[in-house]
Amino acid sequence: MLFKRYRPRFLDYHNQASGMYKSLFNFKQLWKQSISITLVVALLPLVALAIVDYKITKQATESELLLRTARLVSNARRTLTSYLDERKFALNFLVLDNTYDQLSEKSRLSELLDNLKGGFGEWSDLGVIDHHGIQQNYAGPYPLQGVDYSGQEWYKRLNYTDPDSYQDNISMRSNISDVFLGFRNMPHLVISVLHNNPIGLEWLHYILRASLDIDHLSAILSQLEVSGDGDAFLINHEGVIQTPTRHYGGVLEKFPLAIPTPSDRTQVIESRDHLGHQIIVGYAYITGTPFILMVIKQKQNLMKPWYDTGAQLLLFLGCSILTIVAVVIGISTYLVNSIFQADQKRLATLHQVEYANKMASIGRLSAGVAHEINNPLAIINEKAGLIKDLFTFRQEYAGDTRLIGLIDSIISSVDRCATITRQLLNFARNIQVSVQKVNLKQIVTDVLEFQTKEAGYRSLTITVDIADDIPEFVSDRGKLQQVFINLVNNAFAAMKDGGTLEIKSRMGTDGRTIVTTVSDNGCGIPQENIKRIFEPFFTTKSGSGGTGLGLSITYGLVKEIGGEIDISSTVDKGTTFSITLPLKFNAKQGDTDARTTG
Amino acid sequence: MRVLLVDDEEELVSTLAERLAMRGIEASWVSDYRSALDIVEHQVFDIALLDVRLPEMNGLELKRLLEERCPAMKFIFLTGHGSEEDFRACSAESGRDYYLIKPVQIEVLVAKLNEIFQQ
Repeated sequence: MLFKRYRPRFLDYHNQASGMYKSLFNFKQLWKQSISITLVVALLPLVALAIVDYKITKQATESELLLRTARLVSNARRTLTSYLDERKFALNFLVLDNTYDQLSEKSRLSELLDNLKGGFGEWSDLGVIDHHGIQQNYAGPYPLQGVDYSGQEWYKRLNYTDPDSYQDNISMRSNISDVFLGFRNMPHLVISVLHNNPIGLEWLHYILRASLDIDHLSAILSQLEVSGDGDAFLINHEGVIQTPTRHYGGVLEKFPLAIPTPSDRTQVIESRDHLGHQIIVGYAYITGTPFILMVIKQKQNLMKPWYDTGAQLLLFLGCSILTIVAVVIGISTYLVNSIFQADQKRLATLHQVEYANKMASIGRLSAGVAHEINNPLAIINEKAGLIKDLFTFRQEYAGDTRLIGLIDSIISSVDRCATITRQLLNFARNIQVSVQKVNLKQIVTDVLEFQTKEAGYRSLTITVDIADDIPEFVSDRGKLQQVFINLVNNAFAAMKDGGTLEIKSRMGTDGRTIVTTVSDNGCGIPQENIKRIFEPFFTTKSGSGGTGLGLSITYGLVKEIGGEIDISSTVDKGTTFSITLPLKFNAKQGDTDARTTG
Repeated sequence: MRVLLVDDEEELVSTLAERLAMRGIEASWVSDYRSALDIVEHQVFDIALLDVRLPEMNGLELKRLLEERCPAMKFIFLTGHGSEEDFRACSAESGRDYYLIKPVQIEVLVAKLNEIFQQ
């Protein structure tokens, strides 16, 4: 509804004229082209820039995430390595510092365990295993004295290694086990260190073995600040979870995701977890242990701040695009409408000029004809007058009333002709004469003189009611006359035979204007046509010789003499044109297009 | 009262002269400006009735020439144009001359002549 009201007129404008009266442009197409070209030029760089920026920022954020994860994994690996190394070296020290006999003493082993616990609280027990794999001495809470470890994989690996090659290499002489439940049925891991001292000719092999609770290991990992609802834990090379996790199962359960490919360095990859969430996986194989450090972060959580910023930017982009579109449409509409109005003005001016030229030609022709007819008329008049004089002054004809009647008839016909030529001359003179003092009543009477014949034939009633207080005022008489001629013609065309035309004139309420109404009781004008009634070429008299110019020119003329014209109409009731004229003449040339184009 | 009629339409002026004569007004007529200038050398006229449009010289110019010769002479113009405004538009001395529009009614003309003659 609102759009309909403010819909620019050029969108519905169809110019069917040709030649010089054709519009210079197809305004609808011009409008569309203007909008689309401007929009493309304005929006393409903006959108392209936004997309590029979006991608670059996203990549930067993602690589920053990967980098941070890699750093975290590296640091954690270092911490874990040094934690396990410390414990390994502590056992190695005990092996080197004590003889087999000392270690075989129950009290000594208990003392050593106490000392170890004093230094690193998380040791749970300590045992000595001889070269047959039997635990010869044990200090700790579990009944593990005499347990045979010879069948266990770690024992075999330590015991059967060539003694020469690992004499001084602690990593070759030691073993860190997976986390397992064992005899005690508690998750723990075992660190074992092999001792092989030559005693005489024989090598004495024995192993110092200690268990560690995983609590401390778990604590180290849980203290890591893993952002994005992340998880840091250990799995072994077989994919069994070694320390508690938040999302991927309990200790000694199977890790639900694929085991990452072995690598010496810290690695970070993007993947999806078993629930289908996007994750960032950082991992590192911890050398000398069966452990893989895993750091898993939920990408969605990490990217959230970026998504929030992205959403804000998107909103901003959307608003910008909307604003640009609105401004482009607004400006294009305004500019095209201006061109449209200028073009309409040009057309209106062309019509005015053509009309003025036509009227001037008619004026010259009328004047010439009237003048040339006047002379023979004068002769006829005088001759007839002379005959009448002869009849009047000479007694012998005085009695012939029939002859005198004939002469009188000639003289009255000459009078009628003279009236006609006088009107023609008046008409011609008014076309050319410009501003002067005019008498409204006289003008209306002059105009109606031309129309009385037609009114008589069609039994039209014409009433003229012009208030006596209307003074003579300065205006363009010719134009005023044309205005009334056009309006009266228009009313005649609208009325059926027997209709009534009323011309009424009153002083305006402000005392500075004269308001004249020309009303008919004809067919009326439908509401939808009223808006367009003053447009050039708009006609409802199609097929009956209407050019659609009459009211347009009338409108232009009223504007030119500084007046206003309004119309009110009801279908089948009639139409009233109301003309407001200023008492003080104020020519407004150039304003003629105000309605016809706006 | 002696009246001089000047108009190139001889039929018109001759008839008009005859009709004036019937009403006791002594009227002479000529159809061009030379004859007009000639005739005033020999005769005296109180009033001249001039057509505005004459061949070779218009009524206003002829009026000036006649005035030089007969300063007492009064003038009435006959015009085929429609109105007083037209006449004034071509007359520099608007307002002081009389005019009548063709075709003229004899009663109106006689009344005008009498009115001017009385002055």
